This record gives sequence, structure tokens and C-alpha cells, in this order.
Amino acid sequence: MSQISTAPVATGSSAPGGSRGTRRTGRLARWAPWACFAGAAVVVGVLWPLFDLNIALFVLYTVVLGTLAVYLLTRAVEGSRQATNRLVTCLVVSAFGLAMVPLVSLVWEVVSRGAARLDGEFFNSSLVGIVGEGGGAYHAIMGTLVITALTTLISVPIGLMTAIFLVEYARGRLKRAITFLVDVMTGIPSIVAGLFAYALFAIFLGPGIRLGIMGAIALSVLMIPVVVRSAEEVLKLVPNELREASYALGVPKWRTIVKVVVPTSIAGLGTGVTLAIARVVGETAPLLITLGITNATNLDPFDGRMATLPVYAYYQLTQPGVPPQFATDRAWTAALVLIILVMGLNVVARLISRFFAPKSGR
Amino acid sequence: MSSTRTTPPSPPGTGRSVRRPGDRVFAGTAKGAGILILVILAGVAAFLVVEAVPALTAPAEDIPGDRGLAGYVAPLVFGTLLAAVIALLVATPLAVAIALFIGYYAPRRLAQGLGYLVDLLAAIPSIVYGFWGIFWLAPKLVPFYEWLEDDLGFIPLFAGPASTTGRTMLTAGLVLAVMILPIVSAISREVFLQVPSLHREAALALGATRWEMIRMAVLPYGRSGVIGGSMLGLGRALGETMAVAIVLSVSGGITLNLISSGNPSTIAANIALEFPESSGIDINTLIASGLALFVITFVVNMVARAIVNRRADFSGAN
Repeated sequence: MSQISTAPVATGSSAPGGSRGTRRTGRLARWAPWACFAGAAVVVGVLWPLFDLNIALFVLYTVVLGTLAVYLLTRAVEGSRQATNRLVTCLVVSAFGLAMVPLVSLVWEVVSRGAARLDGEFFNSSLVGIVGEGGGAYHAIMGTLVITALTTLISVPIGLMTAIFLVEYARGRLKRAITFLVDVMTGIPSIVAGLFAYALFAIFLGPGIRLGIMGAIALSVLMIPVVVRSAEEVLKLVPNELREASYALGVPKWRTIVKVVVPTSIAGLGTGVTLAIARVVGETAPLLITLGITNATNLDPFDGRMATLPVYAYYQLTQPGVPPQFATDRAWTAALVLIILVMGLNVVARLISRFFAPKSGR
Repeated sequence: MSSTRTTPPSPPGTGRSVRRPGDRVFAGTAKGAGILILVILAGVAAFLVVEAVPALTAPAEDIPGDRGLAGYVAPLVFGTLLAAVIALLVATPLAVAIALFIGYYAPRRLAQGLGYLVDLLAAIPSIVYGFWGIFWLAPKLVPFYEWLEDDLGFIPLFAGPASTTGRTMLTAGLVLAVMILPIVSAISREVFLQVPSLHREAALALGATRWEMIRMAVLPYGRSGVIGGSMLGLGRALGETMAVAIVLSVSGGITLNLISSGNPSTIAANIALEFPESSGIDINTLIASGLALFVITFVVNMVARAIVNRRADFSGAN
């Protein structure tokens, strides 16, 4: 500790202190950086007609010019150290702004294009006998619900028990091995999970097979590690005093876990499971190769191809048919419904953790 | 933790501890679930190998493209690595800047909300990124690519001819960069938050500016976390499927040209595009390429986790 903390102190006091920059005593007013950017915007705005700018280039030039102005002004008045500091501040803030561009444009694009077909027919009818206009995604939405429910049914017990094992029972090498491999498993590409499920069933049932249950198994491979990690974090938060109090009353360990540990952490577990569902509900690749697609409603995961919302969106976009516009509209609406579903699950997760949290905050 | 294992004091004569049947069943189930994880992971590898064997042993002319399995997979591996590396080069500096912004620049009360906004990027399904990439990003990048071709065309990366649809390797890399941004910035943020406040306050107390404090106290401490986080991002970019499958315009062949319409595909995107229409030995070939992807991502993730976990051991009170 002491070794680490002295290092920055030593360099911090010697290097900048020795430079000439600290001799400057002037200070810029608080509004000066803002004025720089406003000035840059005006300058770029005046030049707009000359260079045939668009809005993106306008913002880009304004930020570059404003940053430059702030840097030079600060350098002249307050010295080079403050100038570098201001420069980095500008860069960091614009980096964050840049990261918001995809989020905002994506949401805007999906909402504006998807809203056209967000009607009753989209939720009520399937694609049987539909050529061109109309049609909906009833079969795909139901398929997604069935597959997701099945996946949750497989993943949550396994994930939860593994987390309990890791927190309450395991020790030594087995614990470290499982923790590490769960971490690594989080990184399995979704398409590989799909190939695994296909390979598993192809060996026993022959090649070319497409079943709902295959998709559920592929998604479980992706969901289990997420459930384990989040449940593990939450179970670790349960104070040991609760367990010890229970043991002191002579309660067996398994009943302590079922009656004390799990109920205490139920809010966190609910949040974790909901977020895990949100993660797999939008998965496309594994379902594309295990479920395929169909135009009719099939709700039996043990009987042939099923439609799911992400795969439906994919095929409507890439194989739209002759007047492509109708299918493309359906694809965007499917994407919109998918985003609403995922965001809704995220909100639900937040609400669970807020309203079901243990009453006595420690 | 250790105190949970102290068994309740048992009356003398009953042995070391009472083993109730309920306890035994529950502990066994929990252990079974843990071991099942190992079995699943081994099963993924085993079943992929079994299904890949026919392609590994098949004569070269049976493999699509007639150049044998290595000739089929090599351009895919190249495309996968290229797209992932572009994504990593773009995303890492951005992610570090975002982590710094949320940790040290944003107003305290807003910081958490802004962090949540960045995390939202991770919640969006990859297929929606594909939609966004092909309909919004790609057309907007076409003028940029033409400019690159005209003014920087002497660099082989931008040799052109510039794609008129914008569905290029660079676009795919940028979409991937947006997709891995949240994970890299989340891990960086976590590590930056672990920087002991004494280090930071000491730097500030000596008159360091905010940037000097970050450079001297935060970045050295968080370096391994940033490296580990970006490797996790790399793992994700390598395996990303649908966005690339939709955005990238593919014509095979290894090329470093980032802005033309002829690009090598990536392993994952190629599987997604070819699998539904394939049968027989083609399926085995795709599974063999999937096995290659599995091995690559497995190694990358293992190294990344090892780096991140080493940091976790070191952090905290010590």
C-alpha cells in the first residue's frame, strides 16, 4: 500500500512543478469554455453555405474548433497544464456524446420505421397465405414466448442451484474451476451454442432436424452462466449472521438456504433472472439454425419448425418477396416489438430490485 | 464464509455431525448442477468435434469452394479477426473515455443514470444493430468512404473502389465497435472505481489537475482492467453474428481493402448465412468452422478472464 501510494505523489510533485507552466497565475472565467464553443458554432454556421455542410459535419467542426479554441485560450492565460486538462475534458465529454449517437439514432430509426405497422393485425395474424400487404407476427411472438419460457424453465433451476453450490458448499479447486468456466461460458458466441444444439440433436435424430426444444437448449447454454453470475453476486450479499442465527436454532443447512438465504435475496434473484431473460430473448443466430422459420403458428416445441420474433425479423428483411416494402415494414415492426420487449424486461428488473428489496437495509 | 460450515454443537455420542437426508439430497443436487456446467462446456466441445470430423476427413473437392477445409476457413478467420480488430481499435479508447467521463467528469447525481444509458447499448438485440447498420449507418458512411478513396487512396486499406452501398468491412467493424462499447466501458468503469481514493486525493492535494490525477493515479491502476475488458470485448466481437451477417457485403477472398464491396465474411456470419440452406457435408464444414470460432473465442476469453481476475484479487483493502 505505502509503496503504491508514494509513486504518484513523487512524480506528481516533481514533474509538473518544475515546468514553467505553473508560473502563470491568470484564470479564465467559468463561462469561457462555453463561450469558445458558442463562438465556434457561430463561425462554422457562417461558413455553412461555403462548404455545403450537413448537420453531422456542423457538429463535428464545431466541437473540433471549440476544443482547439479552449486549448489555445487556456494555454495563453493559465498555462500548459491547465490547457491539457481542459483538452482532455473536452475529449472525454465528446467521446460520451459520440457514444450516444448510435443509441439515439438507433432508437429513433426503429421507432419511426416500426410504428407504421404497429397495429392490431400485426399481433393477431400470422403469415399464412399472405403475399404482400398485411399479415403479422402472431406466430413469431407466440413462438418467442414459448421458447423463452422453456429456456427459463431449463436455465433457472440449473443456474440457481449452481450459484447456491458455489456460494454455500463449494470450496477449493472445484469452486475455482466452476467459477472460471462459468465466466468463460459467458463468452461463448451465440452461433456456437446453436451449432452445439444442432450437433446434439443431429447425432441422435439425424441431420436436417429443426425443433423448438433445440432452440431452448441452445439459449440455455447462453442463459445459464448469466443466471449463475448474477445469483452468485446476490447470494454473497446475504449477511452471515442470518445463516448463523438459523444454524443456532438447529435448522438444517438446506432448510436454512431455502427458508432464509433465498427469501432474503429474492429481489436480487428476480432482477438477475429478468435481465438474463432480456439477454436471450433477442438472440437470433442460435434460433436461426435450430428452429428455422415457418409461416404458420406452431406452439409445440417438440414438433418441427417454429417461428420466433428475431428470426422472423431477419427473414422479412432479407427475403422480402416481390414488392419488398410490406415485408420490410413488418421486419421493422418486429424489431420495434423486440426492443420494447427487451427494454420492458429491463425496466421490470429495476422495479423488482426496487420494490422487493429486503425491508431492513443494512 | 468459513463460519457457515461450523456445524451446530451436537450432543456427545452422535458422531462428528448430523447428516440429515434433506441436507444430503440438497447438497448433492447443488453439486450436480455445478458439475453439469462443466459437462455442458465439455459437451459443446465434444459434439462440435464429432460433427466436424466428416469435414476434417473429407477430400478437398467435397468442401465448398474446392480448396479444402483450410482454404475454406482461412478467409473466414481472416475476416473475423479483421472486423474484430477494427471494432477493438475504435471501441477501446472510446470506452475508456466514457468510463472516465462517468467516473470522474460527469456530475455526481447524473453519473449513475448516464452509466445506465451506456448499458442500454448492451441490451439492444444484435439483429436490431444489423438493421440500424444497413439502413442508417451504411448510407451515411458512403460520402466518407468516397472521401477516403479520393484523399487517402494511397493507403492500401482505403484503396477502393468505394462501395456505393456502404456495406463494407469498416462499417461492420464500426457496428461491432458500438456493440462491444458497453462491456469494455463497464469493466473499465469497475476497475477505475477501485482506485484507492487516497491515491487520487494525494495527487489532487499536491496540486495535480484532474487529468494529471487520472494519468498518475487512475490509469496505471486500471491498466490491466482495461486490457482485460477490451479482450472480453474482442471475444464478443469475434463471435457476433447477425449484425455482421446483415451489414457486410460478402464476396470471399482475403483483402485488406476496408471500403470496397468485396469483403471476406466472418465465421459466425457465414454460418448464419449458409446454414439454413445447407445439407450433408456442407453442414459439417460449417460446424468445423464453428469449432474454430469456439476455440478462438475460448482462448481469448480465458486470457481476458485471467487478467481481470488477477486484478480482482489485488483490489480492495490490500
